[in-house]
Amino acid sequence: MNVLTAPVATQAGRGRRSADLLRARELGIVLVLAVVFGLTTIKNPGFASRASVRQLLSGASLVALLGVGQTLVVVTRNVDLSVGSVLGLSAYLVGKLFVSHPHVPIVAAFAAGIGVGLVVGAINGLITTATRVPSLVVTLAMLYIVRGVDARIVHGKQIDPTSIPRSYQSVGFRTVFGVVPWLTIIVMAVVLVVGYCMRTFRSGRDLYAIGSNPEAAALAGVPSGRRVFWAFVVSGGLAGLAGALFLSQFATVSAVAGVGYELNVIAAVVVGGVAIFGGSGTVYGAALGALLLNTINQALVAAKVSAFWNQAVAGALLLLAISFDRWLSLRLQRIESKRGERRVLR
Amino acid sequence: MPLLELRGATKSFGAVHALIDGSVSLLAGEAHALLGENGAGKSTLVKILAGVHQLDGGELAIGGVHMRLNGTAASQAAGVSVIYQEPTLFPDLTVAENIFMGRQPLRRGRRIDRAEMRRRAGEVFTRLGVRIDPDRPARGLSVADQQIVEIAKALSVNARVIVMDEPTAALTSVEVERLFEVIRTLRSERAAVLFISHRLDEVFAICQRVTIMRDGRFVRSAPIEDLTIDDVIRSMVGRDLAAMYPKTTSLTGTVVLDVAHLTREGVFADVSFQVRRGEIVALAGLVGAGRSEIARAVFGIDRRDAGTVTVDGRALPNGSPVAAMQAGVGFVPEDRRLQGLVMDLGIDRNIALTSLTRLRRRGFVRSSAEQALAADWAVRLQLRYGRLKSPVSTLSGGNQQKVVLAKWLARQPAVIIVDEPTRGIDVGTKAEVHRLLDDLVSQGVGVLMISSELPEVLGMADRVLVVHEGRLTADIPREQADEATIMRAATGQQMDPAA
Amino acid sequence: MSSAEPGLSVDDSIAAHAELPLWRSFVRWETALLVALVAALLFGSQTKQFMTATNFFYIGINIGEIAIMALPLTLIVISGEIDLSVASMLGLSSTLLGYLFRSGWPIGLAMVAVLVVGALGGALNGLLVTKVGLPSIAVTIGTLTLFRGLAEVILGAKSVTGFPASLVKIGVVPLPHTRIAYSIGIFCVLAIVVGVVLQATATGRSIYAIGLQSEAAHFAGIRVKRIKFRLYVVSGITCAFAGILWTFRFATSRYDAGTGLELNVVAIVLFGGVSIFGGRGTIVGVALAAAVMACLQQALTLRNVDGQVRNIVTGVLLLVSVVVPNIATALSRLKARAARRRRPVTVSFAP
Repeated sequence: MNVLTAPVATQAGRGRRSADLLRARELGIVLVLAVVFGLTTIKNPGFASRASVRQLLSGASLVALLGVGQTLVVVTRNVDLSVGSVLGLSAYLVGKLFVSHPHVPIVAAFAAGIGVGLVVGAINGLITTATRVPSLVVTLAMLYIVRGVDARIVHGKQIDPTSIPRSYQSVGFRTVFGVVPWLTIIVMAVVLVVGYCMRTFRSGRDLYAIGSNPEAAALAGVPSGRRVFWAFVVSGGLAGLAGALFLSQFATVSAVAGVGYELNVIAAVVVGGVAIFGGSGTVYGAALGALLLNTINQALVAAKVSAFWNQAVAGALLLLAISFDRWLSLRLQRIESKRGERRVLR
Repeated sequence: MPLLELRGATKSFGAVHALIDGSVSLLAGEAHALLGENGAGKSTLVKILAGVHQLDGGELAIGGVHMRLNGTAASQAAGVSVIYQEPTLFPDLTVAENIFMGRQPLRRGRRIDRAEMRRRAGEVFTRLGVRIDPDRPARGLSVADQQIVEIAKALSVNARVIVMDEPTAALTSVEVERLFEVIRTLRSERAAVLFISHRLDEVFAICQRVTIMRDGRFVRSAPIEDLTIDDVIRSMVGRDLAAMYPKTTSLTGTVVLDVAHLTREGVFADVSFQVRRGEIVALAGLVGAGRSEIARAVFGIDRRDAGTVTVDGRALPNGSPVAAMQAGVGFVPEDRRLQGLVMDLGIDRNIALTSLTRLRRRGFVRSSAEQALAADWAVRLQLRYGRLKSPVSTLSGGNQQKVVLAKWLARQPAVIIVDEPTRGIDVGTKAEVHRLLDDLVSQGVGVLMISSELPEVLGMADRVLVVHEGRLTADIPREQADEATIMRAATGQQMDPAA
Repeated sequence: MSSAEPGLSVDDSIAAHAELPLWRSFVRWETALLVALVAALLFGSQTKQFMTATNFFYIGINIGEIAIMALPLTLIVISGEIDLSVASMLGLSSTLLGYLFRSGWPIGLAMVAVLVVGALGGALNGLLVTKVGLPSIAVTIGTLTLFRGLAEVILGAKSVTGFPASLVKIGVVPLPHTRIAYSIGIFCVLAIVVGVVLQATATGRSIYAIGLQSEAAHFAGIRVKRIKFRLYVVSGITCAFAGILWTFRFATSRYDAGTGLELNVVAIVLFGGVSIFGGRGTIVGVALAAAVMACLQQALTLRNVDGQVRNIVTGVLLLVSVVVPNIATALSRLKARAARRRRPVTVSFAP
C-alpha cells in the first residue's frame, strides 16, 4: 500500500489546505499558550507580572535549546535520550574549569561545554549510523554511561556560586527590560539560526527527506549516514551549550543536574509538532512546545494546584499530542479517499 | 538511430532464467509498448534498464554509445528514468521539493532558492500540461498525481528514456487521458516512452510500436498499425499450452464456498461466485484487476463493505481470518516472502504455525509434534530441505511454496484459496504443485486459484472467472475457455459473459 | 520497487543463502553469558565477603524486582515492541499501596487494588499501541512520565511506613529453609512459567512469529493485536506486583521508588540476547543476564563504587550487547562505504 493516500482530484485549493494544517500546528500552540496564560492571569493576576513572565521564559529556555537539537534528530526518525546527562556533565566540567582556572574567558568556557557535548554526540552518531542498532538503545545506554562518568567526576561534591565568575553568571540572570532573560535571547537566536538552516540549506532538507521516506532518500542520493551523524553531533553540542548555560543560570551543579530533562524535551518536541516518526516539524514548534509545557507547569502552581502534578501533566500531554497527531493523519486520509474519484471502478 | 537499444539480453537468477533473449529498440519521440504475460521477462528487462540488475550477456546502447549500467545512479546519469507502480515520494515535503530533492536550485551562499524551485516546478508542470500546486505537501496526492510528480522528476533531470511500469493500473479514465496527454508531450520533446501495460486498448491508443516478449525471449516488434489485438494476444500467449498440466476430471460436489455481492469500495464491487467441492475455479484477469483483494476479503484479511461469504452453509463474520480458518478455509497469499512465510523461522515452525491450537496437548505444544507434522507433509509434498529446523529462507522458491501449501493442507481445509501458486518457481516444482492441486480436488477440496499465467489457468481450471476492474466480467467453463476469450474479457472487450 | 511481476525478485530465485539456524546463534550467546557469569563471580570473589551465602542473599534481593519486571518485557520485546514504563508503574503501585494502606484499607485488599491499577496502566499502553496504532517507544515514554507523575500526585513528598511485619520481613529474611530472597524465589517460579509459555505453548510460538513478521503471522490467523494488548496488560500487572514487593522490601512507600530502573530492566533483556528488532530471545538468556548484572553490581558495591558509577557498567553492557551482534554488518558497511567513495558510480563504456 502506498505511503501517500489514495485518490484526490487535483485542486490547488485542497493542497493548500493540507499545507495550512501543518503550519497551523505552531499557531495552535500559540493559541493554547495564550488561552492558558489568559485564564491563569484571570485567576491569579500575579501570573502576568514581570517576575512571573521572566520565570516563564527562563524556565523554558534550556528545554527549548535541547529541543532544537532533539528536533534535528527526531526529524530523521531517531531519538537522543542522552541530552540530560550531557547537560549535567557539561555543566559540571565547565564549573570545574572555573574552579581550576578562575580567569578563563567566558567564550572559552562556553566552547568547552559545547565541546563536551560534541564528543558525546559524535559517539552517538557513529554507533547509530555504523551499526543497525536503533538510536533509542544507543542513546539510552549513553544516558547512563555519561551520567555515571559525571557521577564519578563529581564524586559527591558540587560546584557552588562562589567559584563562578560574576560575569559568567550574569548571562544566566540578566534580563532585557526586566522581562526577557539574556538566556532566552541566546536560545531564541539558536532557534532562529537552526530553523533557518533547516529550511534553506540542502543538508537541512536532507534531514526531512531521510525521516519522511528513507528508501526514497537513498534513491535520491541523499547521504543519510553523514546527515544523521551530524544531527547527533549538533544535538550533543547544543546539549553541551545548555549545560554551560545551566551553570550560568543556577551556578550550582551537583551530580543530579539535568536528570530527567530528556523526557521533558521529548514531550516538548512532540507537543510542538515534531512527528515521532520523523519527516516533519520545526524547531520553532519545538521551542513553543517547551514554552507551553513550562507555562502549564507554572500555571498549575499559580492556580494553586500542587506542583506535584507537573510530571503527570507532561506525560498526559505527550500522549494526547501523539494521539491527536495520529487521529489527524487518519482523518485526513479518510477525507481524501472519500472525496476524489474511485480508484479502479469506472 | 535508436535512442536506446538492447540486444540479446540474458539474465539468470540461480536456476531461473529470467531473460534468455531480451531485445527492445526505442526511437526518439515514440511511445513504445512492451507486452508479455507474467514471467515473460518484462520486469527483469526494466530492472536492467534501471540499473538495478546487471546484464549477464547482451549489449545495451544509449544514444549509440555502448553502456554498462552498474547502478541506479548510472542509469539516471545515462538519461533513463523509471516510473514504478508505487511512486517513491516524500509525503512530508512539498511537490517542488520532491522533484528537486538533492538538486534544489541555489542562490547566493548556497541557500535554496525556493522561488526559483517553485518556478521551475511550475514550468515542468506547464510543459506536461497539468496543474499541480508545487507548494502543496506530497501527502494526500492521488496516485495519478504522484505519477505526474515522478514524471516531472524525470523531466527535471532531462531523462531521454522514460519507462512507465503499469502506469494506468490505478487510474480513473480521466486520469488516464491526462497521462496520455503527458505522454504525447514527452514524445513531442523527442523523449522515448517505454510503456509496459496489460491494457491492450490503451496500448493501441497511445503507442506507435510494440515489442512482445514471451518466456524471457523477444518474440516480435512491429508498428502498432500493422497489428490487431488478436495478433498481439496470440504472440503473447503462443501455442505451447503445456501438456504438463495433469487434469483428471473429477466429480464436483456441493457448494463449499459461496460469495455473494462482495464489495469493497474503490476496489471491487458486486462480486458473486461459488466454488464446489472437487473443482478448481480460477480467477483470471490483469494485474491490478482486484483479484487478490477479492481473495483477501473472502478470507477476512481485509474487511468487506458489503456482501456475504458462506462456507459450507455457515456465514463468515467480517474481517476475521481466524473464523475463516475455523470454517475450513485456507489461504496461500500472493507474496510468500512477506505474507506466506516467516522467513527466519524453521520449516517445522512455519508448517505448524496454522495448526498450533490443534497440536496442543493439555495446553502445551511440543516440538516433537511440530516436527512430526512437518516431516509428514514434507514427505507428502516431496519437499527438498536440509534440516526441518533450518529457516525457510534457505529453501528455493519452489520449496518455499510447498511449505506454504503444507501449512494450509495440514489443517485439511474444505476450500483453499491460492494466489499465484507457481509464481517465481522453477518448472519442475511448478508441475509438482499442479499435481498437488489436482490431488486435492480429487479428494473433494474446493480450490479458488488466482493466476496471471494463462497456460496455468487453462490447464488447471474447471471454470474461469475473469475479473476486470473490480467486477466479474465472465464465467467460462473449461470447454469454452481459451486464451483469446479470457484476454478479451480481462481487457474489457465486449463479449457475452458465460456463453 | 514493484513492477508488473512483483514475484520475481532476486532473492526469491537464488538458492539457499548462508544457513545459520536459530539455535546455533542463541547457544553461542548463552555460552558467552555463562562465561560472563563465571568472570563476574571471579571478579567478585576478589573481595573477601563475596563468596558467602549472605552476600548471595543480597545479590538476589537487589535484583529481584528488576528481574521479575524483565520477564514480561522479554515477551514484549520479542513481539517487536518495547515498554519503558515498567519502573514508573512500579513506583505508581508502590505509592498507591502506601496511600491505600494509610487510608485504612486492609493490606490484602490494597494489594489487589494495586494489581488492578497495574492492569489498567498496561491496558492503556496496549490500547494506544494496538488500537490507536502509535509507536510503542513514544507511548511508553509518555506513560513513563504519566505514571511517575501520578505517583507524585498520590503521595507527594511524603512516605508511608508501618506495613505489617509479616510482609515486610521479605526484605530481611530469606525463604524458609533456604538462603534465597523471597523475590528471587518468586522470580524463579515466574521465569519457569514464562519460559514454558514462550517455548511450549501456541501463544509463545505466536509471539515469536509476530516479532519476526507480524504480517505473515496475521495471514496465518494469529491475533496479533490481541496478543500484544494482553502482553502489555500482563506487564502492567507484573510491574505492579514488583512494586508491592519493592514496598515491602524497603518497608517504605515513596513516589520516587524505582526511578531510573527501566534502564536496568531493558539492559537485562537486551543483554540476555533478546533482539531489539523482535523475534528472538529466550528466558534462559535473560535469567543469566540478570545473574551476571547482579553479581557485577554487588562486586562493585563491595568495592565501594558509587551507585551512579555502577550505571556506567550497566550502560556499557547494554551497548556491548546490542553492538556486538551488529559488528560484522557494521564493519562491512563501513568498508563498502569506503569502497564506494573510491569507485565512482558512473556509466562505463565497453568497446
